[in-house]
Amino acid sequence: MGDSENYDDIPGTYVFDFKRARRGYHLNMFCMSLMKPDNRASFKADQRVYLDKWPMTEEQKKAILDRDWNRMLELGGNIYFTGKLAATDGLSFQQIAAMMSGVTQPIYAKMMLDGGRAIEGNRSKSEWEDNG
Amino acid sequence: MARITAGIATSHVPAIGAALDNGKSGEDYWKPIFDGYDHVKEWITKEKPDVCIVVYNDHASAFSLDMIPTFAIGCGDEFGIADEGWGQRPIPNVKGHPELAWHIAQSAVQDEFDITIINKMDVDHGLTVPLSLMFGQPEEWPCPIIPVCVNVVVYPVPTGHRCYMLGKAICKAVKSFDRDLKVVILGTGGMSHQLQGKRAGLINTKFDTRFLDNLTKDPTALTKIPHLEYLRESGSEGIEMVMWLIMRGALDDEIDETYRFYHVPASNCAVGHIILENRR
Repeated sequence: MGDSENYDDIPGTYVFDFKRARRGYHLNMFCMSLMKPDNRASFKADQRVYLDKWPMTEEQKKAILDRDWNRMLELGGNIYFTGKLAATDGLSFQQIAAMMSGVTQPIYAKMMLDGGRAIEGNRSKSEWEDNG
Repeated sequence: MARITAGIATSHVPAIGAALDNGKSGEDYWKPIFDGYDHVKEWITKEKPDVCIVVYNDHASAFSLDMIPTFAIGCGDEFGIADEGWGQRPIPNVKGHPELAWHIAQSAVQDEFDITIINKMDVDHGLTVPLSLMFGQPEEWPCPIIPVCVNVVVYPVPTGHRCYMLGKAICKAVKSFDRDLKVVILGTGGMSHQLQGKRAGLINTKFDTRFLDNLTKDPTALTKIPHLEYLRESGSEGIEMVMWLIMRGALDDEIDETYRFYHVPASNCAVGHIILENRR
């Protein structure tokens, strides 16, 4: 078994390997464009029009418009790229981390203050009830 | 002759930079973190390096998915500050040290490390947060900085062993530079953290503590940690710790740990910071 199959056993995690990098190329390059203030302004003015400039799939565009942060990763997004979309929305990495892990920001922040998510029970998909 | 006198490792959490820039460093949440860096601020004032080499990873700022160098070295005169989506940090540009940087590139490539040469790029929080933690908020950074970038974002990323060996090549290069310069090398990133997916927020203090211990006790053991173990045990972004091994590889075999700081949390991360000094 190669490393990349083993990566898939880690629950709740999208390792940014060649499959995801290929699939998410345009999605990620769209996010990258948001490093320029003018682009952020045009995106905010009409998100759909701005997105249509990138040859992304419809489901990728939908995930972006819905701000479905996990779905973006599933469809080839990488967190450092999608983080630029978050920044454009005025959201911090901790705020989107809370959304991705399915809890409110105060609950997530408290978990971090209490020492973070424990490694015990979170190593393998087999340890998760829904198989991660 | 130039020489490396010490290595510093530190996390480079962007929220730490934001806290400093927004005047929040005295708040209850941030104060313990900034207090943990009081020592290094004093230490580096006494150490007075002529140059700092800062090993960090670009976070999709200078490198997009168009070009992804595994290892790269900044050989330019000056590097701008990246706008990572929330505007540039209000900090001075970073001045390089082109003579030493080109010399390292020349020596490393002769040594069979085919490092990419960069003349122009903006640097992001991976490099600037460690500078802020070491030097505070000066008008100008007190010494030239040589950025060394490592791809730890897009797989395949380099192995810990390869990073360690690159550190050795950098050490050899510095030693063969024909000017009397005192150099400090920084390894940045980590420690355990995961920013993404349902497992976001993962922290593994046991893993981090063992990693910190082994930087002096058994660095060779650290070079054998496979990617899968970093990903599983230290969170998907914990892989950044391979960059600490470049710093460690650039130091002598026998070193002294003279300072350590560990704190959870800063945003999503475990903050680790250590000073390792060559014996002189």
